[in-house]
Amino acid sequence: MKITSLEDLRKIKASATDQTSARSEGKTRIIIGLGTCGIAAGARAVMEAVLEELSKRGLKDVSVEGTGCIGMCQQEPLLDVIRPGEPRITYGRVTVQDVPRIVTEHLVNGRIVEDRLIGRAD
Amino acid sequence: MPTYRSHVLVCGGTGCIAGGSALVQARMKEELAKKGLDKEVLVVQTGCHGMCELGPILVVYPEGTFYTRVQPEDAAEIVEEHLYKGRVVERLLYRPSEKLESVKHYNELPFYAKQNRIALRNCGYINPDNIEEYIARDGYQAMGKVLLEMTPDDVISEIKKSGLRGRGGGGFPTGMKWEFCKKSVSDKKYTICNADEGDPGAFMDRSILEGDPHSVLEGMAIGAYAMGADEGYIYCRAEYPLAIKRLKAAIAQAESYGLLGRNIMGTNFSFELHIKEGAGAFVCGEETALMASIEGERGMPRPRPPFPANKGLWGKPSNINNVETWANVNPIILKGGDWYASMGTEKSKGTKVFALTGKVKNTGLVEVPMGITIREIIFDLGGGIIDDKKFKAAQIGGPSGGCLTEEHLDLPVSYESLTAAGAIMGSGGLVIMDEDTCMVDVAKFFLEFTQAESCGKCVPCREGTKQMLLTLQRITSGKGTMEDLDKLEELAVMVKESSLCGLGQTAPNPVLTTLRYFRDEYEAHIKDKKCPAKACSGLIQYLVSPDLCRKCGLCAKNCPVNCISGDRQTPYVIDQSRCIKCGTCLEVCPFKAIRKE
Ligand SMILES: Cc1cc2nc3c(=O)[nH]c(=O)nc-3n(C[C@H](O)[C@H](O)[C@H](O)COP(=O)(O)O)c2cc1C
Ligand code: SF4
Ligand code: SF4
Ligand code: FES
Ligand code: FES
Repeated sequence: MKITSLEDLRKIKASATDQTSARSEGKTRIIIGLGTCGIAAGARAVMEAVLEELSKRGLKDVSVEGTGCIGMCQQEPLLDVIRPGEPRITYGRVTVQDVPRIVTEHLVNGRIVEDRLIGRAD
Repeated sequence: MPTYRSHVLVCGGTGCIAGGSALVQARMKEELAKKGLDKEVLVVQTGCHGMCELGPILVVYPEGTFYTRVQPEDAAEIVEEHLYKGRVVERLLYRPSEKLESVKHYNELPFYAKQNRIALRNCGYINPDNIEEYIARDGYQAMGKVLLEMTPDDVISEIKKSGLRGRGGGGFPTGMKWEFCKKSVSDKKYTICNADEGDPGAFMDRSILEGDPHSVLEGMAIGAYAMGADEGYIYCRAEYPLAIKRLKAAIAQAESYGLLGRNIMGTNFSFELHIKEGAGAFVCGEETALMASIEGERGMPRPRPPFPANKGLWGKPSNINNVETWANVNPIILKGGDWYASMGTEKSKGTKVFALTGKVKNTGLVEVPMGITIREIIFDLGGGIIDDKKFKAAQIGGPSGGCLTEEHLDLPVSYESLTAAGAIMGSGGLVIMDEDTCMVDVAKFFLEFTQAESCGKCVPCREGTKQMLLTLQRITSGKGTMEDLDKLEELAVMVKESSLCGLGQTAPNPVLTTLRYFRDEYEAHIKDKKCPAKACSGLIQYLVSPDLCRKCGLCAKNCPVNCISGDRQTPYVIDQSRCIKCGTCLEVCPFKAIRKE
């Protein structure tokens, strides 16, 4: 395709930004516990559900990271959400079914999903 | 398109490829596929990060984890541990020293902390072979703005405002040069990129070309629009095959998007770009020699004026800038000349890339604001001198640069301050030397280079540098006289003043600065027949200390010229007339009984 205006360039930029968005900083972060017990408890499925939900909703500005065991194995799968400038919110015993709720309520609307909340840290 | 949660950036610069990064990349892809992670994790090949010594480099995003010296065998562990289980692979992190903690994040590296990456903004961050990644990082926005919203005069006044000066060595104000070329009336004009990078040890231009080729293309197109050129050349040394390959790919991609070629972005502006591979002679980097070489002539300088802005390539008005100069153009257009001019000193604005080498702990490419001190570069970015030895001198500006000493450590780096001290900014070579370096030997080393590269067209350079070199050889072998010293200085000044081009005019700099700051070392070679740093083989002796010698005979067995005699009864001695000063005996003696004097 030929670029014939700034508008064309912006369009390519918008779609290309998704390609590199995983490399930019200062975004909302979702951190999933991928230690042995996390994975045993279904953390991989939760991660896949997160990725699917983000792409379904077109949320590009979210980074999805994994982390090792943090010693709360009985609460796995663990999922943390950190919105820029807000405390780190930890959810426990997260299921695939909870994921759309967490994404819509917390990521989009900024409301904490109380029934899965197990911790908050600044 | 799937959303990748993680990007694994594998360095594909020349240094890391030499270290096997292509295989690392292939193995990462295999291992990810094995684990079923290939839909979530993207492997991207980038350009040089400037820390080639620690390569192959691999960075995992979004965390920004920085892995060093990654081998193909490490791929499985990185995938299993980091990408599958979320655990950082500690043993591959960078550790500044045994005593210090390892560094996890890219931004925490001391080497990066003081840098301000403008020309290198995309190097190591994007895939140079993918124009979309460049566009994602504001690529071609500046060109769009220029073509659709700015007049050529607007562009030139923005560049003038920025205070940008040529990064190829001369430091001439870029905006003024563009203006001269614009005012030159002609039906045909050229813009040229000087990518000859002839200084031994320099690799800043190569890194930009390999890691972010589009930034150079875009800068050149903007310059062409401002000056009224419709054709351009990139003159790149043939020893840079990867840079040439990436440039070719970038030009083809830009053309297919209508960002180069005819009627760019639907406007009347057309710009066609060619690559010319250079044969690699140092003097071909001089602008008039370079243009002769593009024309198919022998690469020899000619007198100026006429300047290229009036009579350049094929007699047409031309503008030539260095790679790094071009790469600075786009950010200046997007963020404004005032932004660029807010960095640096009064007359030297913005940043400069240096190739930091020699006896410092961290070597590599650093982009720092002008006005930074040499001390900060050596001790903060470079991590100090290896083995914590004493700093002795910094050779700045490549073979035509000069040596600075301890008294210059707090000198803020700028074109003016360096020239006043007898050195030059040059293209940004910065070699750090410790107490074990002989300054006379250093001067000889650089003069050997320039003398061999002299094109021979003018007598002062051709004959003068040869005589200077012979004199230095006499001094370092202990045969010099005090008259030699005066003659050397006289010759140096003469060559500097009467050579035709910059090569001859700057070749004496290493000699002149070492004479100025380290005259006592020259005198020691002449009067005492001693090399204080014990580096000049003509002035040192290897001797056996009889009190330490246990008569093991290892030295005699290993001496390549069999000049050590002795046995269990007779003491070991070295026959000085036959010794070739290889130093083997000193290395092999288990009792430290061999000494160097
Ligand atoms: C002997 C000699 C070698 C040179 N080599 C280079 C070189 O390798 N790269 C470069 O950019 N400029 C080199 N120059 C400087 C160029 O002549 C010219 O000044 C420069 O390309 C202009 O671009 P700038 O204004 O962006 O620095 C050399 C000059 C001399 C005298
Ligand atoms: S100064 Fe040296 S390199 Fe330059 S033209 Fe003269 S002989 Fe050639
Ligand atoms: S320096 Fe080399 S040549 Fe001389 S004595 Fe020692 S081993 Fe032999
Ligand atoms: S080539 Fe990889 S850091 Fe330079
Ligand atoms: S010819 Fe005058 S500077 Fe080279």
